[in-house]
Amino acid sequence: MPANLFPTGVEYFRILPEMILTIAGVLVMFMEAVFTNDDQRKIFGPFSIVALLAALIASLSASGDPGAAFSNMLIIDGFASFFRALVIAVGVIAILSSTEYLHRERSAGGEYYALILFSIVGQCVMVTANELIMIFIGLEISSISSYVLAGYLRDDPRNNESALKYFLLGSFATAFLLYGVAWIYGLTGSTNLDHIRGALQTSTPPLALAGAAAALMFVGIAFKISAAPFQIWAPDVYQGAPAPVSGFLSVGPKAAAFAILLRVFMTAFGPIASHWQPIVWSCALASMVVGNFAAIQQSNIKRMLAYSSIAHAGYILVAVTADSTTGSAAAMFYLAAYAFTNLGAFAVVTYFSRKGEKYVSIDDFAGLSQRQPAMAAMLTVFLLSLIGVPLTAGFFGKFYIFKAVLDANEVWLAVLGLLNSAVAAYYYLRVLVAMYFKDPGGAMDTLDAPGIGLKIAVYASALGTLVLGIFPGWVLDIATRAALK
Amino acid sequence: MNLLTAVLALPLIGFLVAILLPRSSPQASRVWALASSLITLVASLGLLVWFDRGTAGEQFMVDVPWISTPNIHFAISANGVSLWLVLLSTFLTPLCVLISWNSIKDRVKEFFAFLLMLEFGLVGVFLAQDLFLFYVFWEVSLVPMYFLIGIWGHDRRIYAAVKFFLYTMAGSVLMLAAIIYLYNKTHTFSYPAIMQMLLNGHLRFAAGEQMLLFLAFFLAFAIKVPLFPLHTWLPDAHVEAPTAGSVMLASVMLKMGCYGILHFCLPLFPSAARTCAPWIVVLAIIGIIYGALVAMVQPNMKKLVAYSSVSHLGFVVLGVFSFTQQGLDGAVYQMLNHGISTGALFLLVGYLYERRHSLEISAYGGVATPAPNLAIVFLIATLASIGLPMLNNFIGEYLVLQGASYASFPATVFAALGVILSACYMLWLYQRTFYGKTSESLSHHMPDLSGREWAAILPLLLLMLWMGSYTQTFMPPISAQNARILDLSKQRVAQSPPVMPAVREVANAR
Repeated sequence: MPANLFPTGVEYFRILPEMILTIAGVLVMFMEAVFTNDDQRKIFGPFSIVALLAALIASLSASGDPGAAFSNMLIIDGFASFFRALVIAVGVIAILSSTEYLHRERSAGGEYYALILFSIVGQCVMVTANELIMIFIGLEISSISSYVLAGYLRDDPRNNESALKYFLLGSFATAFLLYGVAWIYGLTGSTNLDHIRGALQTSTPPLALAGAAAALMFVGIAFKISAAPFQIWAPDVYQGAPAPVSGFLSVGPKAAAFAILLRVFMTAFGPIASHWQPIVWSCALASMVVGNFAAIQQSNIKRMLAYSSIAHAGYILVAVTADSTTGSAAAMFYLAAYAFTNLGAFAVVTYFSRKGEKYVSIDDFAGLSQRQPAMAAMLTVFLLSLIGVPLTAGFFGKFYIFKAVLDANEVWLAVLGLLNSAVAAYYYLRVLVAMYFKDPGGAMDTLDAPGIGLKIAVYASALGTLVLGIFPGWVLDIATRAALK
Repeated sequence: MNLLTAVLALPLIGFLVAILLPRSSPQASRVWALASSLITLVASLGLLVWFDRGTAGEQFMVDVPWISTPNIHFAISANGVSLWLVLLSTFLTPLCVLISWNSIKDRVKEFFAFLLMLEFGLVGVFLAQDLFLFYVFWEVSLVPMYFLIGIWGHDRRIYAAVKFFLYTMAGSVLMLAAIIYLYNKTHTFSYPAIMQMLLNGHLRFAAGEQMLLFLAFFLAFAIKVPLFPLHTWLPDAHVEAPTAGSVMLASVMLKMGCYGILHFCLPLFPSAARTCAPWIVVLAIIGIIYGALVAMVQPNMKKLVAYSSVSHLGFVVLGVFSFTQQGLDGAVYQMLNHGISTGALFLLVGYLYERRHSLEISAYGGVATPAPNLAIVFLIATLASIGLPMLNNFIGEYLVLQGASYASFPATVFAALGVILSACYMLWLYQRTFYGKTSESLSHHMPDLSGREWAAILPLLLLMLWMGSYTQTFMPPISAQNARILDLSKQRVAQSPPVMPAVREVANAR
């Protein structure tokens, strides 16, 4: 290995986003200690957003000069840049929708913003990693921040339950991943994805052992993307965590985990694709079925969205099954579409739930269209996108995914997936029914207009959802160019 | 941008402006909806003027790339059949605005916005020549109707709205799978291009493949038609919808399915269509007779008219699957007829409901005494619906039966039963509602037709007479287009691998 002890300038440039975010996170922690009066502390939100936007710019400019960094530990290619921009954008919207919430719960601490920033740093490392150890480090940075975020309101028992469950099950799953990494290292003598690919191509290691290692790693990643049968934690965690955090968890860490799934399985495990494809196939189908049919039963909107996110993980796994450029591009597009849609939906839930998350039942949404027509209309856009109605992002996401699997001749998976999306329409419609077809109930009495940050978060997400739905080509072209080959 | 784009864009502009209008002024929404829909109507009448009636095939073609990967185009055009269906949509929308003028009191702005969005979706479905675009419009038309039923409907509106949405969605996802499959095979969504490939032999379907594709398309369309036994959403949706919703649903939305079968299923999958034809014809006949029998025993007027739709639409399917010129002509004519006469019936039932606030037939009786004009108008619509000569339905039913008789005489006999039964249930409805003794409470709440109500119903009555007595105005473009469809659908029967030898012989014999 060419030991390059002192990285060159361009390598720093390539990881500038991570550096900006880390420094910003540390600064926020520092300010948290220094600032005592409430007016000063209001700066945390805007400061974090500025840092994220700076990181976004850094990430976009780094994408113009792709290449490896730090002895090939990281790789800044189109794929990484796409996901890095995505998770940073997710961070911006998540913070916009959090500020009002934290203020409402009287816990506007700097550590919240720092944790979000650190979590995003972890996700950036995950998506740029070209090496199993870096993947693990990124995953841990992201996960540990997420565990704390899930229990952010430490006096709230639901938050505690959520964080504890997430932490215990999450650590357990990470151990599987790490065990898989160890096996791979033992089999191939390397943790570099390209070297592993090379070793597997020459097929010196016994296939059964390589398959077992891949399976172990899949378990760890499947937990993070909440794919069945490793989805049990998701409903409890999403329900218990603060609403903006649930929104963040359902898209940010998930997108990064999908990025490593795609990269590891399409690059390192590409030579043994025919062996892992059936496993991913079954997980995809199981996730769609479990997610959709369980979501039908839910009366709590956060829980419903949690099950829906399991189902959506299933759709994206369908794209992974295709193991092709179009499949990879479709998954990338879907994750972007889903990020805007789900963040927007959770932002409306954040707005609606009010202090102590009192109103999170679907029935509480009764008559929202009469009191806050704009918010109801925006939630409608998000729900239609989750259903997959044309002219919304979710439709094109599904369309590209099912096109990719039909390309790969997986006709039955496509048909079953599409039928699943018809089932899904039922539970999303229940929210529409409540908002539009029912008369306002008691939950409407204390509803005020949303604050400015939340408004921006909701409208920006809706704009993203519609733009991706009407001009999907803009993002799909980028995704196709950046997709793994 | 040509006239056809304008006809499609105007309702969209109408919708966008409508959602920007202030909520506080419902009158502004009403006036805007009427103005916007009238402008669209005028523009669509322009299509009629410039449509070349002599030639078959697509006219006013527009083809603009929309999305590069996959290759999706904004491709629209009109043919002799879709022209009339577009006119039906643009013609009924202003009438629906008129009849909703006073009856919609809640959330007026949203109501008219959704109505205009619905018009946009419907017009788009009939014009789209890109399969993907077609699917987009197909789904887009679903959303406003869902809200129209769910917000402004009657007691069980939520159940009806959700059922309507899920039925259509379940059918259409399979169609989407088939569309993507076709794209992966041909690398284009353009319907004319795919047809061209089929005709010059660049594209061939294996028998099983063709059958599955046909079924995926057909199922989506059959749910929308609706074909027995997929019709159960229809009575619920019709009964619960507000009057304007029922009219648009019955008159135009059901035709989306019929048009889809005619425009896509027949030319794309001729062998599979012919293989399935006997089964489909049987289902259509069951629908005709079953719909009529169930209609007869309904105590609820709207439900009666809804089941009569199941019966009437059975004729359309029967006509299409006779694969004869007369059958297809009759089917298309019947699509328009049903739009006019059932639309009129729903509208009149709506008038009665506004006066008495009941849809139960037993709540009426002797209405003819206090409201003679309403009685006359209702009678004309009733007679049209049962197929009295000189009124529109007669022509369509006659042609369908004639076409069907070439294909299968027993089918014709059974289908003709439906005509007789329709006379029974409609006249019985009329008798129980308008004749007999007028109850005291009824006579006070039964004013005769107002000027606005006349304005909405009169055009429909005139059209019934016109379409029933002078078919030359309407038929030539329809016949030309149907001849083309039959031609496209026939040409390859010989080429395609034989699916079932017997069917092929029958098809060749024609």
